[in-house]
Amino acid sequence: MKSNRALYTAAFFAALLILWQGLYFAFGPRVLTPPWTTFANAWGMLKMPDYWPDIGESIRAFLIALLIAFGIGIVGGVLIGTWRTCSEVLEPLLVNVNTVPKVALYPVILLIFGLGMWSKVVFGALHGVIPIMISSIGAVRNVNPIYVQCGRTMHLTRWKMIRRIWVPACVPELFSGLRLGFSLTLLGTIFGEFFASQKGVGFLLMNAIDLRNIPTIMSLILILIIFAVLSNSALLAVDRRLHRHEA
Amino acid sequence: MTRYGWVRLGIVGGAGVILEILCRASVIPRLIMIPPSEMLVSAWQILFSGEIKNDLYFSLVNIALAIALSVAGGFLTGLAIYSVPLLRATLEPFLTSYSSVPPIVFYPMLIVIFGLNRIPQIAIAVMFGLVPMAMNTINGLYRIRPVFLKVGRAHRVSPLASVFRIKLPAAAPYLFTGVTLAVSYSVIGVISTEFILSASGIGHQISFAYDNYDNRAMYGLVVLLLAVSMLLNSTLRYYSQRMLRRWAR
Repeated sequence: MKSNRALYTAAFFAALLILWQGLYFAFGPRVLTPPWTTFANAWGMLKMPDYWPDIGESIRAFLIALLIAFGIGIVGGVLIGTWRTCSEVLEPLLVNVNTVPKVALYPVILLIFGLGMWSKVVFGALHGVIPIMISSIGAVRNVNPIYVQCGRTMHLTRWKMIRRIWVPACVPELFSGLRLGFSLTLLGTIFGEFFASQKGVGFLLMNAIDLRNIPTIMSLILILIIFAVLSNSALLAVDRRLHRHEA
Repeated sequence: MTRYGWVRLGIVGGAGVILEILCRASVIPRLIMIPPSEMLVSAWQILFSGEIKNDLYFSLVNIALAIALSVAGGFLTGLAIYSVPLLRATLEPFLTSYSSVPPIVFYPMLIVIFGLNRIPQIAIAVMFGLVPMAMNTINGLYRIRPVFLKVGRAHRVSPLASVFRIKLPAAAPYLFTGVTLAVSYSVIGVISTEFILSASGIGHQISFAYDNYDNRAMYGLVVLLLAVSMLLNSTLRYYSQRMLRRWAR
């Protein structure tokens, strides 16, 4: 069964590649480049030193955004989740704020933080932080009450309750939230680079759109997708490991 | 309203008042932010002067089309994946990593293929919204208690009737989660593509005002957009909860 699954997935990817090649035959080089050429272009791009400053800038912005989103999301979520009144008050508010299209706030962020690194960092973090916070509140709330009662019986201090009971009991759920936050933060950072930026992968992509440079557009998209899928698979593997006791 | 609701309202109102004071006292310069009261006035004027009627209409039609396509397409995709084991085995690994790729990166290609009109924008919005709907549909269908299906079989319910009478109501909470996600992703997809490259739409107008240092119009439009999306979401939540309550009886 397991090997069958891998076979199906491989077949699916093969079908995707064939579809891609078919699209190329249908629309021609004015619209897209064929799979093999795109892979070669992307590889060539990664080998050339010209693009590394931009790639480095994007990675740096993304990592800082991720750190902020994870930090505020988890600490805030756990604090709110363990304090009942606070979570009753704040959770509906967070859920509401989360449905707002954050794109609308981007010009506001640009005005406050100016063009450059910090705007995209803040914008990326803004995308990730609330979903992480909401899922952290949920994770804390879903902890089996027996554990908490056990801690109370042993007269643990608040700090020890958090460290010894809450955190170990909700790490798997917290991690699932982080995985979600990871992709949203990536989306936010790239979008930030699209709209107003002088450096970074999103900026290169936007530039290539203006120049109608199809090979560059395709290779950059491919690099982004491969990065996203690889990091997501790694996170997913960890996620499954953490959750394996539950099934 | 409950006590918690009042506290919540107090927090939001308090934040607004503090912002107002900071702006009026020029702690926050006008170049960065105008006082919230002026934002509301500007939003009101923009809405009733009719100057953005066409853009508002353009965006709303796109959002509506995107929602319809993602919800219908997502549900059918979910149903197909649930009922055909081969599809499930093939597509599931793909679906879990799909959400990690921001569909917005395909926008440039779609513009080249379809031209600069509403089609690429709706397509991006559907790419955002369809998969969460499909995944929630699959989730919901798998969590139907087997007893329900057995009762249906015992009563010789036809396959079509079993979809409408048993599967839909039983999976409803998950379906509504999917619809909520599809709605907010459709809004995000349409507005963000308008920001990047578009000839009309609310997102385009906001970015136009930003480029022209027209803070008053920009903040008014932002408030308007937030109001539209909140209205959409709260209406949806109200009706879905009412329907769930009716089915729960």
